[in-house]
Amino acid sequence: MNSLFTPLSWSDSGLILTGVWNTIIISVVAIVVGTVLGLIVGFLRAESNKAVNVLFGSVLDVLRSVPLIIQLILFSTFVGAMGNPLAPFVAGSIVLSLYTMAFMSEVFRSGFESVSPSMQIAARSLGMTKWQTIYHIRLPIGLRAVFPSWLGVSLSVIKDSALVSVIGYMELLRTSEQLISRTQQPLEILIGVGIFYFIISYPLSHYGRYVERKMAI
Amino acid sequence: MISVQNVHKSFGDLEVLKGVSLDVNRGEVVSVIGGSGSGKSTLLYCINAIEPINSGKILVDDVDVHAKETNKDKLRQKLGMVFQQWNSFPHMTVLENAALAPRIVKKMSKEEAIEIAKKELEHVGLGDKLDVYPTKMSGGQQQRLAIARALAMKPDYMLLDEVTSALDPELVGEVLDTLRLLAEEGMTMICVTHEMGFARDVSDRVAYFHQGVIAEIGEARQVITDPQNPLTQKFLSKVR
Ligand SMILES: Nc1ncnc2c1ncn2[C@@H]1O[C@H](COP(=O)(O)OP(=O)(O)OP(=O)(O)O)[C@@H](O)[C@H]1O
Ligand SMILES: [Mg+2]
Repeated sequence: MNSLFTPLSWSDSGLILTGVWNTIIISVVAIVVGTVLGLIVGFLRAESNKAVNVLFGSVLDVLRSVPLIIQLILFSTFVGAMGNPLAPFVAGSIVLSLYTMAFMSEVFRSGFESVSPSMQIAARSLGMTKWQTIYHIRLPIGLRAVFPSWLGVSLSVIKDSALVSVIGYMELLRTSEQLISRTQQPLEILIGVGIFYFIISYPLSHYGRYVERKMAI
Repeated sequence: MISVQNVHKSFGDLEVLKGVSLDVNRGEVVSVIGGSGSGKSTLLYCINAIEPINSGKILVDDVDVHAKETNKDKLRQKLGMVFQQWNSFPHMTVLENAALAPRIVKKMSKEEAIEIAKKELEHVGLGDKLDVYPTKMSGGQQQRLAIARALAMKPDYMLLDEVTSALDPELVGEVLDTLRLLAEEGMTMICVTHEMGFARDVSDRVAYFHQGVIAEIGEARQVITDPQNPLTQKFLSKVR
């Protein structure tokens, strides 16, 4: 149908792979940073009193309820206006990580809170210190309890990473858009992209269910 | 020796212990009986420094439990405690449950900790369950695990808070038998219990708690079968 456009060819695989790689790398960064920060914030929230929690909670609420695409645009516009524009990868990583952290912190908070006070008293009565109790009892039990939710958040971060394309990050969706405008073959390309997300997510969620069953306690 | 001296303890406006005194000598078994809310659990929590006290004094081997300079984590190593809820660590096998505290609190080598844990698990009749996860076991087995876990720290005293109350009736016997064994071996114990037969047969003395004070204390058989205080008489006639 299209002598005007160059059809998809093997020489495009480099571009596609760059997109795949960039999607993976920004997802991994956001999941790792979001998990670490989420653990800390989730623990502080489970431990702290009401006042601190209300303060923390409202910041997290904002992060969770403002659409990610708006956060991305706002952040990169704001930073750009300050005179030091960040590379799309850096800006995207920061926003996506904080967004992930907001969800992870709730996941971990409920994990920490799922370990009953009487379980902790039992550990302390054996002579364990507060930190030993956290490390050997609260953390492992709490993390097991929320593993499925953690995986769920992680999977949606992989999908949400597509939105970082709006600030110019060359992840999979954006490279596909470029290819589409050149080749005019949106169907093939978007189906390919869809299959990629499926190939990543499906085994992970299956693996998650497997681990969940193994850890069932 | 555990020496509780005129201890007062409040939760907010509610005074739960209103001047409790009790001395428990090495090798002695004292059962504490009394109605719900009379402060029995609170007393054990105060002895183990889980709850602070408002006034009075508690000495364990002449160490002031609630003094600022007392290392409470260290002190608790002497005082094994078992609760109504067994609180098995669900992410660890039976053996790991019992070996954890010796390893991380007493800093034993892994082999040493496992050896002690094994011995105590055999002691309570769980020698064939070492690699099982506790949630796969009955309440009675988990409660015996809790006892073994405490014993693995080689405590000088055991504080037991209604350890059979959450168990199905048919499982109570195995746990009481374990406690009876400990008593025969000379373990010093304070047992809060609703099992009057156990209190009468196994303990040396029985203390009857009523609204935050010890209303009667004496030789076990005498308190259970021939109580002097009308309050004790009333309580015992109700639980029988
Ligand atoms: N952490 C707490 N905060 C506030 N009140 C408490 C707390 N722990 C116990 N109490 C109250 O103190 C009183 C004594 O409680 P305690 O648990 O010592 O009673 P008990 O004699 O062990 O009763 P039971 O036989 O029901 O176990 C109760 O009125 C209880 O509600
Ligand atoms: Mg109680």
